[in-house]
Amino acid sequence: MIYRDAGQFKTSYASDQAILPISQDRWFMLGLLFLAFVVIPLIGSDYWLSTILVPFLVFSLAAIGLNILTGYAGLVSLGTGGFMACGAFAAYKITTAFPELNIVLVFLSSGVIAAGVGILFGLPSLRIKGFYLAVATLAAQFFLVWMFNKFPWFTNYSPSGVISAPPRAIWGDVIVTGATATPHARYLFALGMVVILALMAKNMVRANIGREWMAVRDMDIAAEIIGIPMLRTKLLAFAVSSFYCGVAGAAWAFIYTGSVEALAFDINRSFQVLFMVIIGGLGSILGCFLGAAFIVLLPIFISNVPGILGVNVAVDLVSHVEFMILGILILFFLIVEPHGLARLWQIAKEKLRLWPFPH
Amino acid sequence: MQVLQAFIWDPLVFIFSDFQFFLTILIGGLLNGFMYSLVALGFVLIFKASGVFNFAQGAMVLFAALTFVGLLEMGWPMWLAFIATVGVMVLLAYLVERLVLSKLVNQPPITLFMATIGIAYFLDGFGQTIWGSEVKPLDVGIPRGGFEIGQVYITEFELVAAATSGVLVAVLAVFFQKTRIGRALRAVADDHQAAMSVGISLRTIWVIVWSVAGIVALVAGIMWGGKLGVQFSLVLVALKALPVLILGGFTSIPGAIIGGLIIGAGENIAEVFWSGALGGGVQDWFAYVLALGFLVFRPQGLFGEKIIERI
Repeated sequence: MIYRDAGQFKTSYASDQAILPISQDRWFMLGLLFLAFVVIPLIGSDYWLSTILVPFLVFSLAAIGLNILTGYAGLVSLGTGGFMACGAFAAYKITTAFPELNIVLVFLSSGVIAAGVGILFGLPSLRIKGFYLAVATLAAQFFLVWMFNKFPWFTNYSPSGVISAPPRAIWGDVIVTGATATPHARYLFALGMVVILALMAKNMVRANIGREWMAVRDMDIAAEIIGIPMLRTKLLAFAVSSFYCGVAGAAWAFIYTGSVEALAFDINRSFQVLFMVIIGGLGSILGCFLGAAFIVLLPIFISNVPGILGVNVAVDLVSHVEFMILGILILFFLIVEPHGLARLWQIAKEKLRLWPFPH
Repeated sequence: MQVLQAFIWDPLVFIFSDFQFFLTILIGGLLNGFMYSLVALGFVLIFKASGVFNFAQGAMVLFAALTFVGLLEMGWPMWLAFIATVGVMVLLAYLVERLVLSKLVNQPPITLFMATIGIAYFLDGFGQTIWGSEVKPLDVGIPRGGFEIGQVYITEFELVAAATSGVLVAVLAVFFQKTRIGRALRAVADDHQAAMSVGISLRTIWVIVWSVAGIVALVAGIMWGGKLGVQFSLVLVALKALPVLILGGFTSIPGAIIGGLIIGAGENIAEVFWSGALGGGVQDWFAYVLALGFLVFRPQGLFGEKIIERI
C-alpha cells in the first residue's frame, strides 16, 4: 500500500539510471543515513559504538572488497586477511614516516599499496581458476602474515610485534584514530569512509567494469571471445578488491582496535569475511552490510544468551558451541536461501509491493 | 649479489659440504610428505566422486581422532574403539548426505564448497564440545625409536606412517579398480548424469565415498595425533594438504602421494637451507608458494585431467 512505484515516471536518463529509482527507497535510504549519522551518535553508548558498530563498518568494507572479487568477478579468494594486513601495516608505516600527512590520504595510499600487492598475487588468476585459485590465494594469506610477523621493519622494530595506531586528526584537533580518540569520532569517521566507498563500489559494479567482471564470472572464455580483455579485467578486480580490503585492514588497526599484530589477520579472518559475503549474498553490495551485521552480532548474541538465561557456562564451551551454531547457520542459509540475505530483502520488497492485495 | 649468495650459493655449499645431513633432511621431508598425502587422499576421494571440494576433511581428521582418543580414554580396547569410530564416521557420512548434500543438488560448486566449510565449523565445535579441547596424547603402539642407514637418521614412527599411507593407497586403488562399488564410483566421477541413467544411485555412492573419506581421515588422524597429540592444530595440517592437492591434481590419487612427497621434501629443505636468508618459519607458507609456482606452468596440477573448456 505504501510501497508503490505506480505514478513515478522516469522522464530523464538520469532518473532512469538512479541507484534508487523509487522515491520510497530514497526516503528510506535518507532515513537510514540520518539514523546512522545523527541518531546513533546521539543515543548510542560508547560500548555499542566501539565494539559493535565500528567492527561492523570495518567488516562491511572488507566484505565489499571480497564481494567485488568473488561475487562479481567470480574469483574465489581466501587471502582477504593477508590483504587487510597489507593495508594495516602500510598505513602504519606511512603515518609514522610522514606524521603530517592527513589520515584520509594515509588510508587511501595504504589501500593503493594493498592493491599493488593484490595485483601481484592475482597474476596466477590468468592461468588458473576455481578452487585451484582459491588454494593459490592461500599463498598470499600465509606469506603476507608471515612477512609482517617476521621482519621487524614493518612494525618499526617494536619488540612485541604489535603496532599501535598513533592519534591522528582528520582536521584541526578532531582525533579519529588510535586509543585516545572518542568512540563517537571513530564511529563517524568510519561511517563516512564506508558510505563513500560503498557508493563508489555500487557505481563501479553498475558501470562498464562491473559488467565486464560479471561476464568473466559467468563464463570467462565467452567473455574473452566477445572482446573483454582478461588481463585487465581480472587484475583490476584483484586491485579494486585489495584496495577495499586494504582500507578495511587499516581501519581495523587504526579505528577499531587501536593496536594490532599480524596474527590478527590470520586465515580465520579470511573465512569470516567469506562467510559475510556468502551469507549476505554473492554479487550484492547491500548483502555485504547484511552479512557483516549478521556475523558481527551472532557471536555477541551467542555469548550473551547463557547470561540472559541465568546459566553459568564455561568460556571455552561457549566458544565451541559458537562454532557449532555458526556452522549450522551457514548450512541453514545455504540450503534455505543460497543467494543470501540480500535476496531475502529483495523478496520482502516484492511482497511489499503487492501487499495487502497479493492477487 | 648478497641476496643471490644467501639464496643459492650458501645452501649449495651447505648441501655439498654435508651431504649426509642433506639426505637426512630430504628423507625426513619425504616421510613427512607421506603424512600430508594421507590427509590429501580424503580430499581427492570426495572430489573425484562428487566434484565437491570438501573443506571439512581437516575437521573430519580432528573429529575422528578426538572420537578415537575419547573412546580409548573411556577404557575401550583399541580395536573396539577403532571400529566404533569407523561407525561414527559412516554415520556422519550418512547424515552429511541426508541433511546437506541432497538439499544442495544442482547448486554451483562454490555453494557446495561453502557448505563443507559450514560442516567443518560444526564438526570442530561439536568434537571439542563433546571431548574437550585439551591436547591429548595418542599412543597406538607405534615404536618411537629411530635408526641410521649409512648415517642417515630415520625415525620408526615416520616409517610406519609412510608404510600405512602406502598400504592405504594400494587398498584404495584395488577398491577403485576391481570392485563393483569402485566401478560405480569411477562412473559417477566421470559423468554424474550418465551414471544415473545406467542405474547407479548417486546418493548411495556419495554416502560410500564420504564414509571412505571418513575412514581415511581416521587413519590420518591417528597418525598425526600420534605425532603431534590430538588437538585443534590438526585442522591446520589439513590446510597444508591443500597445496599437496593442487600440486598433484584434484582428481589423482597417485598425484596426492607424489604431491605430498614434493611438498614434504621441499618444505623441509627450504626451512633448513633458506631460514638463514629469510628468517625462520618458512614452513608456514613455502608449500603454498611452491604449489602456486607449479600451477602457473601446469594449471591442472601434475596428474590432473587436462582441463578442456567449451562454450
